[in-house]
Amino acid sequence: MSQTSLNSRQRWLRPLLISSGVVLTLLLLVVPLIFIFVAAFSAGIGGVWRNLAEPDMLHAIGLTLLVAGLTVPINLIFGTLIAWCVTRFSFPGRRLLLTLIDIPFAVSPVVAGLLYLLLYGSNGPFASLLDQHDVQLMFAWPGLVMVTVFVSCPFVVRELVPLMSTLGTEQEEAAVLLGASGWQVFWHITLPNIRWALLYGVILTNARAVGEFGAVSVVSGTIRGQTNTLPLHIELLQQDYNTAGAFIAAALLTLIAIATLVVKAFLQWKLARQE
Amino acid sequence: MMQNTKKFTLLLLAAVLAAPVTAKELLNSSYDIARELFAEINPLFIEHYKQQTGETLEIKQSHGGSSRQAQAIIQGLRADVVTFNQSTDIDILHQRGNLLPADWRDRLANNSSPYYSTMAFLVRKGNPKQISSWADLTKDGVGLVFPNPKTSGNARYTYLGAYGDALARFDNDEQKAQQWLQTFLSRVVVFDTGGRGATTSFVDRELGDVLITFESEVNNIIAQYPEQQFERVVPPTNVLAEFPVAWIDKNIQRNGTEQQAKAYLTYLYSKEAQQVLARYFYRVHNPDVIEATKAQFPPTSLFTVEQVFGSWEQVQQQHFASGALLDKLLAQGKR
Repeated sequence: MSQTSLNSRQRWLRPLLISSGVVLTLLLLVVPLIFIFVAAFSAGIGGVWRNLAEPDMLHAIGLTLLVAGLTVPINLIFGTLIAWCVTRFSFPGRRLLLTLIDIPFAVSPVVAGLLYLLLYGSNGPFASLLDQHDVQLMFAWPGLVMVTVFVSCPFVVRELVPLMSTLGTEQEEAAVLLGASGWQVFWHITLPNIRWALLYGVILTNARAVGEFGAVSVVSGTIRGQTNTLPLHIELLQQDYNTAGAFIAAALLTLIAIATLVVKAFLQWKLARQE
Repeated sequence: MMQNTKKFTLLLLAAVLAAPVTAKELLNSSYDIARELFAEINPLFIEHYKQQTGETLEIKQSHGGSSRQAQAIIQGLRADVVTFNQSTDIDILHQRGNLLPADWRDRLANNSSPYYSTMAFLVRKGNPKQISSWADLTKDGVGLVFPNPKTSGNARYTYLGAYGDALARFDNDEQKAQQWLQTFLSRVVVFDTGGRGATTSFVDRELGDVLITFESEVNNIIAQYPEQQFERVVPPTNVLAEFPVAWIDKNIQRNGTEQQAKAYLTYLYSKEAQQVLARYFYRVHNPDVIEATKAQFPPTSLFTVEQVFGSWEQVQQQHFASGALLDKLLAQGKR
């Protein structure tokens, strides 16, 4: 008796739960996403093309790719080194180092931007040194790269540390005993083991680097065609009453994000199979 | 399609790589709503300068709230010239960064303000609340929209315009004027942080009955949203809002752009540039242009901030500093 009533209740509970889940997903995720593209194409194909061919837009796209293109390798190398350090060696301050790595996640990106501005701006301690050599860091592309590296540096480390801890050091020790050099150990033993996690970290870093707004907005100075990244450009277009243009830029960022997610999903699947 | 993609990639590469060009470059740091204006003036100046000297310039623009722009310059943004909507923000470049001399105002005509504006009211179709003066704004059931005077230069003029008009109305009786001002402030439906935000509140979110902003901006909004049939009201007494410009001595020396920067700012006084400015509904000084555009600008008796309130420094201390008059009036209005 009770069995049948449960079954009959389940019969309508299940579709209800599933459909409400689907409806929520549609409302909260899919519809806004589609709306971005609808709004972007409201200007027509010609309008999209015209907006994309704008020199300022092209520059923003190029600059965003440049910043991400520099940030990712820097954080890839830095992250791997740190992860190697904390999982393969034990030294005083190891835990502290691991905690410090998380600082960029803990502080607001705006604070990160301000920190760099105070340190490397014209009122900072390095001002006269930078001035002498005529080096402009803040309000120029190097500053954008610096803050982006800062806000996205934990991703690779966070991916690698758990994996490398569980992997242990046996294989590497064996390789060393057999006479392998440090580089050989890394290249032939460690890297094949961590490559998927590493790629996953890279993808997350890239996603963050492309989309970063807060920190970049503080150090950019928003000079059109010079220090304007794509997320900043969206805001400027919006302020110019160029809504279609803003949505086109937003759609472009969304496309990058979707591409990133697809690659990420693929890697996750691959990672799951490997383990 | 394939060709398009290729062309796009090439354009992209060109755009990024062409950044460090050999042509002399001027960076104009400006307030946030001036982009379209300078997008039109800059090509004219480049052409003019080329004819005069044979040199081809490139002009870059940076736009933002003018206090924020000033802050960026103090912290190292190498702007050659500033075109702001608030002279205090240029003063700060002298006080905090010593980037230009204190007497920068005297270097160009009209207090270094090649154009000016005043405050105007944007009302909904048909002016349903019958607004024609500052005093009308406190009529029952009138909701106001303007940005926060703490963060926006635009709104500081609104505050000073309202106060100045009240002082005139009440024969300089400060108490009565402040009482009225308190009611005026209590009628504000939303305090956005900047001019464009206030516009969005009024136009898109349909908040309030009157949007108060620069006359130039009011006209631009009317042109921008013709289907809404907004109307413009310029009150009979009003505050003069200067749009000061200056070259940044320290930066032009470093960038080697002294001659170009000065020529650029001087050009803003030329008939050509003033025509463009008038088209963007700024009031200008060139007699020919004034004559030609008379119909655009309703007559209003303008007072300057200095005439009524003393120096901007005093204004800042007495009205806008933390705990000063504005804060007091806002707090009382809430009670």
